[in-house]
Amino acid sequence: MKPAPFKYAKAETVAEATALLDQHADDVKVLAGGQSLIPLMNMRLARPEVLIDITGIDELSGIEVNGALTIGATTRHVEVLRSNEVRAFAPIIAAAMRHVGHVGVRTRGTFGGSVAHADPASEIPAIVIALDGELTVAGPSSERTVAAADYFVSTFTTDMEENEILTAVRFPYPLDRARWSFHEVARRHGDFALVGVAAVAEVDDAGVCTRARIALSGVSDVPVRATAAEELVVGSTIGEVAAEAGRLAERQIDPGSDFHASAEYRKEVARALVTRALNDMATKGEAR
Amino acid sequence: MSSTIDVGTQPTDDQRILRMTINGVQRRGIAEPRMLLVDFIRHELQLTGTHVGCEHGVCGACTVRVDGEVVRSCIMFAVQAEGAQIETVEGLAKDGELNVVQQAFRQEHGLQCGFCTPGMLLATESLLAENPDPSEEEIRDYLSGNVCRCTGYVGIVKSVQAAAKQRSQA
Ligand SMILES: Cc1cc2nc3c(=O)[nH]c(=O)nc-3n(C[C@H](O)[C@H](O)[C@H](O)COP(=O)(O)OP(=O)(O)OC[C@H]3O[C@@H](n4cnc5c(N)ncnc54)[C@H](O)[C@@H]3O)c2cc1C
Ligand code: FES
Ligand code: FES
Repeated sequence: MKPAPFKYAKAETVAEATALLDQHADDVKVLAGGQSLIPLMNMRLARPEVLIDITGIDELSGIEVNGALTIGATTRHVEVLRSNEVRAFAPIIAAAMRHVGHVGVRTRGTFGGSVAHADPASEIPAIVIALDGELTVAGPSSERTVAAADYFVSTFTTDMEENEILTAVRFPYPLDRARWSFHEVARRHGDFALVGVAAVAEVDDAGVCTRARIALSGVSDVPVRATAAEELVVGSTIGEVAAEAGRLAERQIDPGSDFHASAEYRKEVARALVTRALNDMATKGEAR
Repeated sequence: MSSTIDVGTQPTDDQRILRMTINGVQRRGIAEPRMLLVDFIRHELQLTGTHVGCEHGVCGACTVRVDGEVVRSCIMFAVQAEGAQIETVEGLAKDGELNVVQQAFRQEHGLQCGFCTPGMLLATESLLAENPDPSEEEIRDYLSGNVCRCTGYVGIVKSVQAAAKQRSQA
């Protein structure tokens, strides 16, 4: 249970990090909080020859609200959880973060690491999908912005090259007038969830939903939007269609069976969670 | 391909001298990059109070505090702790006397075999620093990443409550 030998460097700037990644492109990995990568290296499921530590790059860390909310890639989970700006802009992020691992994981794990790792069971990628997040990705010679829908390709795979790093996640829409709900089912608190739902909705004065996003984790190789359920909810009073939306979500997904749960069970949980989230949003406007 | 960026630090697997402050004392040791912080603490610095269980981040036995925050030292490389302030279980007792949290664990049956205890103690210190009067639910939530195979947690919860009470009276 010890990692194989590797070469290590701590980059000080994004330019230096991407140049190093480019030079060692055949077998290099970015090291952020290490909370997913180091367990894999300890078990020798990952054996990168070179690690580029990005946690010393000041410009990658921090939270900024400026019309949009921008969370720097190496901002640690605890910092996101403690941030008043995050809670004011998008309380659903803080609510979801409480389910990410345990305190001793959140002190080192990073927001960008969670996104870049792209574990389909993880909470943060589902949040990025639900909030129409935009990912800023830097390479050796240029920077680009990727929409959430294009970023997650499959399990542990994103739309990034070996020589690119995720620098920040931008959330364009404040949730100050939106309703939201986050729920998940996990075997034990702090474990990766079997299924999770992140839902946000805007509702007009007559109580009719005008915009909805319902993202599910744990039901596919990427976080997915329950689009059929969303279409039903928009134009309706949320509470009246919650049960039917749950059924539509269940019908739309095709999860696999694994050691943790059967496909049937995941589908049932997804239906129940979508319904629960919508009922929350119908009554309270927000929920955990 | 040659890069136009001046890369100051090329990655190496050389051993390096690391300096960190452990329990208030400046220490240094030698580590190659792949050395885990827990192994550095136990083998290089000979502080074996920090235990190592699962070695992949799930049990919490290796919990220490790095710059004031609880961390699993089996999923952090020693090189990443260069210059850090580290607290381990050895730093809790002062002049041979157990501190409040340690005494509470002893009195309230917060341990049996003691394997999980160093991690439990450090996590409890952080919990009480953040939340001096935690509810049972908050205690269980905060310590959920620290696994105990012996006690069934009831004694641990009581120990934390007793320590919180003692501290609030001090
Ligand atoms: C016991 C335990 C329980 C956990 N439970 C949960 C949970 O319930 N939910 C959850 O979501 N997570 C959980 N995690 C994982 C945790 O949230 C990680 O912090 C996170 O998945 C990865 O972030 P990191 O900064 O630690 O990344 P690292 O481990 O450093 O990196 C992970 C991967 O992403 C790449 N990477 C990291 N940052 C960047 C970047 N900026 N640009 C490009 N590539 C990058 C790395 O190269 C690597 O491949 C758990 C971890 C542990 C040990
Ligand atoms: S030994 Fe580090 S968490 Fe188990
Ligand atoms: S006392 Fe034995 S593992 Fe906790």
